[in-house]
Amino acid sequence: MTYEACIGLEVHVQLKTRSKMFCACSAEIGEAPNTHVCPVCLGYPGAMPSINRKAVELTVLTGLMVGARIGARSKFDRKSYFYPDMPKNYQISQYDQPLCIGGDVAIDWEGGEKRIALTRIHLEEDVGKSTHFTGASGVDFNRAGVPLMEIVTEPVIASPEEADAFLQALRQMVRYAGVSDGNMEQGNIRCDVNCSLRPQGETQLGSKAEIKNLNTFKGVLAALRYEIRRQTDVLESGGRVAMETRRWDGESGTTASMRSKEEAHDYRYFPEPDLMPISLSHEEQAFLKTHVPELPRARRRRFCGEYGLPEYDSDVLTADRAVADYFEAVARASANPKASSNWMMTEMLAKLSETGRSIDETPMKPRALADLIAMVDRGAINMPTAKTLFAVLFEKGGDPAALVEADGLGQVEGASEIESMARRAVAEHAKSAADYRAGKSAALQFLVGQVMRQSRGRAHPQKAAEALKKILEGDKSDRF
Amino acid sequence: MDVSSITLGEALTGLDRGDWSAENLVSALLDRIAARDAMVNAFLNVDAEAALAQARAADEQRARGETGRMLGVPVAIKDNLNVQGQTCTCASRILDGYRAPYDATVVARLRKEGAIFLGRTNMDEFAMGSSTEYSSRGPTRNPRNPDCVPGGSSGGSAAAVADGMALAALGSDTGGSIRQPAAFCGCVGLKPSYGRVSRYGLTAFASSLDQVGPLTRSVDDAARLFGVLAGADVRDATTVDVAVPGPDACRREDLKGVALGLPREYFAEGLAPDVRASVMAAVDACRALGADVREVSLPHTEYAMAAYYIVAPAEASANLARFDGVRYGYRAPDAISPLDMYCQTRSSGFGPEVKRRIMLGTYVLSSGYYDAYYLSAQKARTLIRNDFIAAFRECDAILTPTTPTAAFRMGEKTDDPVQMYLADIFTATANLAGICALSLPCGVNADGLPLGLQAMGPAFKEENILGVASALENAWGGPQGWMERRV
Repeated sequence: MTYEACIGLEVHVQLKTRSKMFCACSAEIGEAPNTHVCPVCLGYPGAMPSINRKAVELTVLTGLMVGARIGARSKFDRKSYFYPDMPKNYQISQYDQPLCIGGDVAIDWEGGEKRIALTRIHLEEDVGKSTHFTGASGVDFNRAGVPLMEIVTEPVIASPEEADAFLQALRQMVRYAGVSDGNMEQGNIRCDVNCSLRPQGETQLGSKAEIKNLNTFKGVLAALRYEIRRQTDVLESGGRVAMETRRWDGESGTTASMRSKEEAHDYRYFPEPDLMPISLSHEEQAFLKTHVPELPRARRRRFCGEYGLPEYDSDVLTADRAVADYFEAVARASANPKASSNWMMTEMLAKLSETGRSIDETPMKPRALADLIAMVDRGAINMPTAKTLFAVLFEKGGDPAALVEADGLGQVEGASEIESMARRAVAEHAKSAADYRAGKSAALQFLVGQVMRQSRGRAHPQKAAEALKKILEGDKSDRF
Repeated sequence: MDVSSITLGEALTGLDRGDWSAENLVSALLDRIAARDAMVNAFLNVDAEAALAQARAADEQRARGETGRMLGVPVAIKDNLNVQGQTCTCASRILDGYRAPYDATVVARLRKEGAIFLGRTNMDEFAMGSSTEYSSRGPTRNPRNPDCVPGGSSGGSAAAVADGMALAALGSDTGGSIRQPAAFCGCVGLKPSYGRVSRYGLTAFASSLDQVGPLTRSVDDAARLFGVLAGADVRDATTVDVAVPGPDACRREDLKGVALGLPREYFAEGLAPDVRASVMAAVDACRALGADVREVSLPHTEYAMAAYYIVAPAEASANLARFDGVRYGYRAPDAISPLDMYCQTRSSGFGPEVKRRIMLGTYVLSSGYYDAYYLSAQKARTLIRNDFIAAFRECDAILTPTTPTAAFRMGEKTDDPVQMYLADIFTATANLAGICALSLPCGVNADGLPLGLQAMGPAFKEENILGVASALENAWGGPQGWMERRV
């Protein structure tokens, strides 16, 4: 029998807010332990939560991006369980009235598009972080109370690869909208997965396992591949998949049972009495709608149409919102989208990956790159010079025209100047000249290089070649 | 000056006139505490030096011409309210060693007005009880009769005020914890409307029911303190920004044009004859002052106790989960695992009544039971709230007894939790409905024990009930007039 997988994801996305979800402490991660804490996020007696409005807005913005319904009335609930990293031993979360309901995220799938349906998006607070030492344990509560948006999909993902594509698309989207840094290494995105199998064609869902502790996209992929194999083996040997929570062990590449259904937590949800229900007015929703950015997929299509870019180039240029914004600024200012795309695809992205910087960390303005392109277009500088200039601009910024002026980098245009340099090259490299005359046309390239060297790269290579040919071939004709 | 009988208002007048200093007041109260509190046990902690230092600072401020609505007034604080740097144990072993790192909003407001924090008052552990017998530090006794309980859970605050060891005190009221001890000890106790006073810094028992309020020797004192405590707070999202009436708006000479309701459900069987007689005499006094008294009905009253004892423990079970030995307070030594540490810490840190309520609350919120208990209780709560809304269309305030009996004897109900719970039968409805209510001493019984009249008013209409109480107090010859009203 062949089985098909039904995968659902619960993705926790750390929102990009300055302060925590329910107090004024900084939400910055990575400081010394227990430096961003107060009575509220430490769960001290008498402390009470206050809602971070920005976190609500970012969640609703995400909901609007995926076409979710924004609940007319949303509320917070307490989810109770004991754990040392949980200050109050209950987490303020949302149970039956989340901020966003439904919606979907589009992914590229098998040459087309597939839409992954979402169940809901809700808002909650993060917990602290336990560290175990020899003979003792410590808890860092800096992370406790940091706002998390939980995005829950329907169990409609059919393969580990599809799950991966969903996560990539989701990450790109939240980064695009500035909702989250979306950095998995820093724990900005964490994921639990639900996975079940059923015979091909069956409509009922099989019994599922929930897998926790997935901190990388690669881990999600590997854990799902392992889990599908494991469940297939269980079913094929006539067994039944146990409804349970399993933990992914990245080192061994396996999942292991954490707790069975019988041992499952009873979270005893009830409405958080310290907070009032949230309702977003039509005005507030309309305002947030104006902040919904053009999503990567739509932008990609537009780049193909509006700028005539190949699909691959559009894909690369839209992957990051800041890069796409930069490209558009260059393309518009230079009125040469094709050249803009080439510069971005080759020089810019190479430099960025070489230096490990993001595009807003280079002092070079889009205007400068546009000017550079325009100077090449009108023949004011040659390509090698332009590339040299690009490297300077990338590091130091500034105006390319001024740099050309200052360094005398303008193209050598004068025919007599080029001719005298060509004569010198022929005189100094008689062997190469002879080779060319003997029919080795490759020798010309060497001589062009010599002219370029004399001109410090400013000579137009084509014109140099023509001048050389004229000299070399002229000499030949003189002889006979 | 006799500190055992002056009111907060008189103390302020004396300070203004220079009849005495804040240091005089604090010294006199400390003397009284030294003389009396070994017997009463109203205070868990008194930092005499700190209080005297605060008093001297207040005197200097006054000398410099600075003002404050409570400048130089010593106030006792219930042990569940955080005062920065002071212990705050909620009379529980589990908060042994805990010192508050911050001021509750009500404390900050008093501090800003120049009040002096005299000491921490005893209470039922985590405010769960009606007799102050469930304190990890021993019971408080009723100063009017040491064999009787002072009521609870704010029993320490009520006893301190009644016995002249504090001019006024703060308490908290979840089901009657200010009003019931005020009735048993013979002082004025006000539970403001839900959302009127910030709960930030009040160690939560039941978040949707808790309110902080004053216990005082006069109605005017209650109004003055209410004016300082009340008002919206950004740190408590459940507070509401409604204009707070000043003490003058809460004062009435007569009750002409005032409609008062008597709910028949509160005068049914089980009401002690002495309480009934005293309350009815007070009702007659209201008529004599010009009030229009009519019978009203609150038909869902019978569900109040059941609803209360589901909602309050449910919320408490979550609120008290944070006391786990991880971050502060008591931690059981020698635990072998986190789970073992939780179990040992909580088993030995909490007293039996607290554990009973945590278990009750955990049970009613459990999967499969939520709808039958918690949800039903919330529905009953809505019905009770609607009863009051309907009744307040016909009257400005509702009068009832505060308690079914006068103060009971120590030990009388500690073995029977249900009997203890019924001590709140007339008071818990105001918490469930979110309305305001106060208890005014209205007489003494044959044993010399005080009896209390409860006045309940619409939400955010504290001036209604304070007005009725001030008119009665005035008619009876002042704040101590009730003592002469024997039944």
